Amino acid sequence: MNNRTQEKLEILADAAKYDVSCSSSGSKRKNTKDGLGNATGMGICHTYTQDGRCVSLLKILLTNHCIFDCAYCVSRRSNDVKRAAFTVQEVVDLTINFYKRNYIEGLFLSSGIFKDVDYTMERLVRIAKKLRLEHKFNGYIHLKAIPGASDELIHEAGLYADRLSVNLEIPSEMSLKKVAPEKDYASAFKPMNYLTETIQGHKEEKKTIRSTPNFAPGGQSTQLVIGATPENDKHILELADGLYQDQKLKRVYYSGYIPISDDQRLPALRAAPLQRENRLYQADWLLRFYGFKVSEIVDEENPHLDPELDPKMGYALRHPEHFPIDINKADYEWILRIPGVGVKSAKKIIKARRFGRLRMEHLKKIGVIWKRAKYFLISADRDFIHLGFNPKVIRQEILYNGKPKKDPNQLDLFGNPLAPIPLIATTPQIKSV
Amino acid sequence: MIYCYDGSWHGLLSVIFESFRLRAPATQIIPTDLFQPGFFETPVTVSTDDELAKRVLKGVRKKSGKAGTDLIYQCFLSEQAGIELKIYHFVRIAMASSEDVLHNYRDDTILQLHKIKKMIGREVHRMHAFVRFQETKDGMLVALINPDFNVLPLSGKHFVDRYPALHWLIYDTRRHYGWHYDQHQSRFITLSEKQHDYLSVNLLTELETDYQTLWQTYFKKTDIPERRNMKLHLQHVPKRYWKYLVEKWD
Repeated sequence: MNNRTQEKLEILADAAKYDVSCSSSGSKRKNTKDGLGNATGMGICHTYTQDGRCVSLLKILLTNHCIFDCAYCVSRRSNDVKRAAFTVQEVVDLTINFYKRNYIEGLFLSSGIFKDVDYTMERLVRIAKKLRLEHKFNGYIHLKAIPGASDELIHEAGLYADRLSVNLEIPSEMSLKKVAPEKDYASAFKPMNYLTETIQGHKEEKKTIRSTPNFAPGGQSTQLVIGATPENDKHILELADGLYQDQKLKRVYYSGYIPISDDQRLPALRAAPLQRENRLYQADWLLRFYGFKVSEIVDEENPHLDPELDPKMGYALRHPEHFPIDINKADYEWILRIPGVGVKSAKKIIKARRFGRLRMEHLKKIGVIWKRAKYFLISADRDFIHLGFNPKVIRQEILYNGKPKKDPNQLDLFGNPLAPIPLIATTPQIKSV
Repeated sequence: MIYCYDGSWHGLLSVIFESFRLRAPATQIIPTDLFQPGFFETPVTVSTDDELAKRVLKGVRKKSGKAGTDLIYQCFLSEQAGIELKIYHFVRIAMASSEDVLHNYRDDTILQLHKIKKMIGREVHRMHAFVRFQETKDGMLVALINPDFNVLPLSGKHFVDRYPALHWLIYDTRRHYGWHYDQHQSRFITLSEKQHDYLSVNLLTELETDYQTLWQTYFKKTDIPERRNMKLHLQHVPKRYWKYLVEKWD
């Protein structure tokens, strides 16, 4: 290792960091006796950046030289930044040595497009192949499937990688055309659809022929940039839902646009829309784990998620007719819809109520967030129907009571009880599939 | 009845067996070296008997399966004061009940045990995440740890699966023992000299510092300053782990 590698790492890690995905879960690659690493079960975050994002993989670009000029991208042709390119051997050495020191779960390799798409894709595949075959590396590998690459290369990538991703980046084709004139949706959906089919095909085949090789066992994912273009939350969630249903994606990542350039084609933002990003992730979770439909989360009247309330609370307040829910009788799906009750609490409730009727104290200990849940459920000790159910009142209660005293905005409350309090946005943990 | 034991897992199970045999419920179970004599009661000291311990485990497994024995063993590793009585309570009601009580979250002690197990699970997961190996001149990978609970016995297998072809040691500097793996088998070892919190640079290969610097570089460069959120950062990477995290050294 020399100073040159150090400098390349600086440039190419910096250029790769706006890809928010760092998941290392969802695969099932076992180790061999003489091999290095595995990718089974849940992913591990080996550290967290100072912005609270999980660091699970060595996420780098092979190069940040790029023939394209997409306004949202730091590595665009017209941007004046330092350029560098790793050699195949450098990436392999970094991956192996970081992995055996337990710094990482594996490699996330993306790249700017140099010369042409196939030339770039071939390099990415070569690195994965070398890691797998020469170094018997069985850790996690995430590769970018570059739009426009040949089916053969995409196929080969799937044989060595755990996960592949094609980033749509801009949530509508019309906006994409404006900020990245060289790109279109068709060329992004082509490799995506190819992967969907091949992954499904291999899965089916594996059921009957066990020796079928793995093909991207961790599935595929994509990323949408939020706030750079005018699409509303309804549009974004419908797009994501379609990707989950039709393309069978494992994950859609939402990346609040960070004003990385003064490119004229993009709006000047003061700060990244982190709160909006957070609400979208919450809505995404509702789609994938809570059995919600997009139409239950956003609709024509409310095309944007409520910035003040999480989407599950929003749903409950818009649908008072479904509440309160009897914790001792209701089905799992309905218990899951109570604000303040998560997947784990809901499962515990179902198990524990076999031993007797559950009261408030049980629910609190099980992990139900009482101050949110209490308006929406009936437990063995109290019948909340008698308290009435007025969404407006509950909204006020939730937003303005029980706030920490040190909140600097608290003084304003006395003057104007309806003043919205800016919530502290947190980046959701991007760990599991 | 107050019972004393040698502080080992099988020792505790022997106490539980003995209390059943004597039909004398335990009011306190405590390692002999922690016992402070009072005025009113003389403790019964139970010697460890592996066979009796296994019979207790077999009984628990019959009622609650492997999940039941895992629960009490992992809680035992928490080293919490008074954990013995909680485990004793669980075994007692498990034996007394005709159905599996493992998920009876209405019982306070059982719920507490599940919470402790979750805490242990988190610490094990943190070990999987935060262990940092350093390569010595003779090619061994060494990691020093200092976990809140005695989780090394639960943490090693993960690394055996991961690094079957490497030679490594994970050493608990607080409890003075380590998990050593030599490409063939694992065993627990205790170093003759007391281990400090840091490995001497003289022990390490020259490449080691290079890779440490590269990792620190990566950590710095993957950060997005516009999104900084130190509260969240600290929640995920509590300060007490920093001394073993290469990326937090400078």
